[in-house]
Amino acid sequence: MITSHGARIAFKNARLVDPASGMDVKGGLLVENGRIADVGPRLFNDAEPRDPEVIDCRGLVLAPGLIDCRVFTGEPGAEHRESLESASAAAAVGGVTSMIVMPNTDPVIDEPSLVDFILRRAQATAKVRVLPCAALTKGLAGETMTEIGLLKEAGAIAFTDGDRSVANARVLRRALAYAATFEALVISHAEDPELVKGASATEGEFATRLGLPAAPALAEAMMVERDIRLVELTGARLHFGQISTRASLDVIAEAKERGLPVTCGVAAHHLTLNELDVGAYYTFRKVRPPLRSEADRAAMAEGVASGVIDVIVSSHEPQGADTKRQPYATAAAGTVGLETLLPAALSLVHDGRATLPHLLKTMTASPARIFGLPGGTLAKGAPADLILMDEEEPVVIDADKLHSRARNTAFDGRKFLGKVHGTFVGGQRVYESR
Amino acid sequence: MTSPAAAPILPSKHLLGIDGLSPLDITALLDLADTYVVQGRATDKKTALLKGRTLINLFFEASTRTQSSFELAGKRLGADVMNMSVKTSSVSKGETLLDTASTLNAMRPDILVVRHQDAGAAELLSRKLDCSVVNAGDGAHEHPTQALLDALTIRRHRGSFEGLVVAICGDVLHSRVARSNLRLLSMMGARVRLVAPRTLLPCDADRFGVEIYTDMKQGLDGADIVMMLRLQLERMTGAFVPSAREYFRFYGLDREKLSYAKPGALVMHPGPMNRGVEIASDIADDVLVSLISEQVEMGVALRMAILDALARGLS
Repeated sequence: MITSHGARIAFKNARLVDPASGMDVKGGLLVENGRIADVGPRLFNDAEPRDPEVIDCRGLVLAPGLIDCRVFTGEPGAEHRESLESASAAAAVGGVTSMIVMPNTDPVIDEPSLVDFILRRAQATAKVRVLPCAALTKGLAGETMTEIGLLKEAGAIAFTDGDRSVANARVLRRALAYAATFEALVISHAEDPELVKGASATEGEFATRLGLPAAPALAEAMMVERDIRLVELTGARLHFGQISTRASLDVIAEAKERGLPVTCGVAAHHLTLNELDVGAYYTFRKVRPPLRSEADRAAMAEGVASGVIDVIVSSHEPQGADTKRQPYATAAAGTVGLETLLPAALSLVHDGRATLPHLLKTMTASPARIFGLPGGTLAKGAPADLILMDEEEPVVIDADKLHSRARNTAFDGRKFLGKVHGTFVGGQRVYESR
Repeated sequence: MTSPAAAPILPSKHLLGIDGLSPLDITALLDLADTYVVQGRATDKKTALLKGRTLINLFFEASTRTQSSFELAGKRLGADVMNMSVKTSSVSKGETLLDTASTLNAMRPDILVVRHQDAGAAELLSRKLDCSVVNAGDGAHEHPTQALLDALTIRRHRGSFEGLVVAICGDVLHSRVARSNLRLLSMMGARVRLVAPRTLLPCDADRFGVEIYTDMKQGLDGADIVMMLRLQLERMTGAFVPSAREYFRFYGLDREKLSYAKPGALVMHPGPMNRGVEIASDIADDVLVSLISEQVEMGVALRMAILDALARGLS
């Protein structure tokens, strides 16, 4: 449960990285009443802080907590896979202080009372902030729009059918026009449902060798193009939850140049893995959309570096051994990712593709801007959602040591650089590494 | 022999839409209608102006008030009135309509009042028939007699249209009432606003010289007249609007939203109303603000004026 208490915490000797302002300096930060009361290079220079709690950061990076824009949990309906509580425990370890959760639950979050349920459960059980998305169409069926006005009043921050595309262009056109009426953000999943039906890999030489049912990568860009045309028609704000191909990137870059209100994200695994990582039918790397060619993976890294891709997400999707220990084609897609989001994303910094502030921006200031959230910054007055991390510290991902209830990580055994040492939500410590 | 009262009022032998009328035509029609309001309130409501004339009501869409209003108007002027209600058949509509037209023509009516679900149907009939054609609603195109009766109602309360702020709220996309009203009211000098969710606003509505609002409170701010439109049942279950309760919450006229309009603002509705969907019952029934019953009375008088004006052009 998140409570903003009156305690003061003084952080000294920190490397302050604020992606919102581009600041990257040594300095101090003071937390009071759950908010950032003061920050800057000269803070605590003249006098030692005399606050009840002083944290000597010893030069570690102090940055805004991460906002993960694409998290699936099993609550309500499949709490045995992942509850809001267990997902939030993983989030805290991963430095994620806000989880934007998808409506793909049982029941689907398509009623104002269910948005209220998520908010209440989060308030009662979650260690980090939980921001619910509501369904764009009733029952995620792609046929009739939901009560966007009432759902927004209940606290839904965006509208999406999660991992489903709205196949019917007429339905999407009206849903976008209606959403625009309420200035609501719509999140689209771009995959032509008929083209990808039954597919578990990207069409190409590798899938052919493995004999896997596959779909062409263009199934994504086709839908991105269609959706952008509808944005142009309706004036709605549209965010693509995750893209994975160069073709999509090019279409979005062009739309942004034309000034259309379009943004997009990429999953950490599409930045760091390609189709060859599926190896010998390794189902824990079966994801949706499937892993792509190396050229497409490299394009995603390029997209983050150039800023065409706005956000990096985990696409945290819990599955159990029952759904993963299956032949590849029948195994469920999805990987957990809340705990690996930061180290996986940091590989772009270590590869020299992006600076640390730029990389962190994709998980802090950019999602805050897109979703209209107050966090994602070290500015005075902002919520004291913070992480303390060593971006150089080596880590080995060990599925057995994950904190989420589901442990289906695509990164088991993978070595990364970057470790979270402490996570704070509203000035309260929710995680500390030992 | 031409007396001033018998001078032609309408520019054509048909009344197909507000398009084609001038402000002078409209003013003359409203002046004439005022005299029929008096006649309608008298004990003897009947004259013999249209004695011997035949009026046919041809309704391809269900209607109670428009059809009975024309029927009563015709009878009060002494015409023989026949009602034909035609159920939509599955055969090609264009062909059926033309067949119907030639059948009717053989009956030698003087005035045909037609309502049809397709835009342009009245226009088509006017080209095929020898009699005068009155458009009583064609698809989402025009419903000129409704706009004229609304204008009559407004003028009797406000004196003129110049500078009046009229907010037309609701399903503008499918509404012929809205299209005729915005044409007429703009022409007469009123400032027309359209208020609706974007799903119920027609494309390029701003080209009509009206102001567009998607927020009802902003749209009603300072309005003199609030004109509510009917939302068809089949349009509030997800295709255009997610639900009736959401529609009422954001676009239904209640006391709170009405409080943003000018003090003394008047409320109109062409009927039939969906209480609790586009309008709260307490407003619909409040005689101090609601003109809804009066609109029905003005409808008969206005239609008498139309029939009178058309009869002057008949040989």
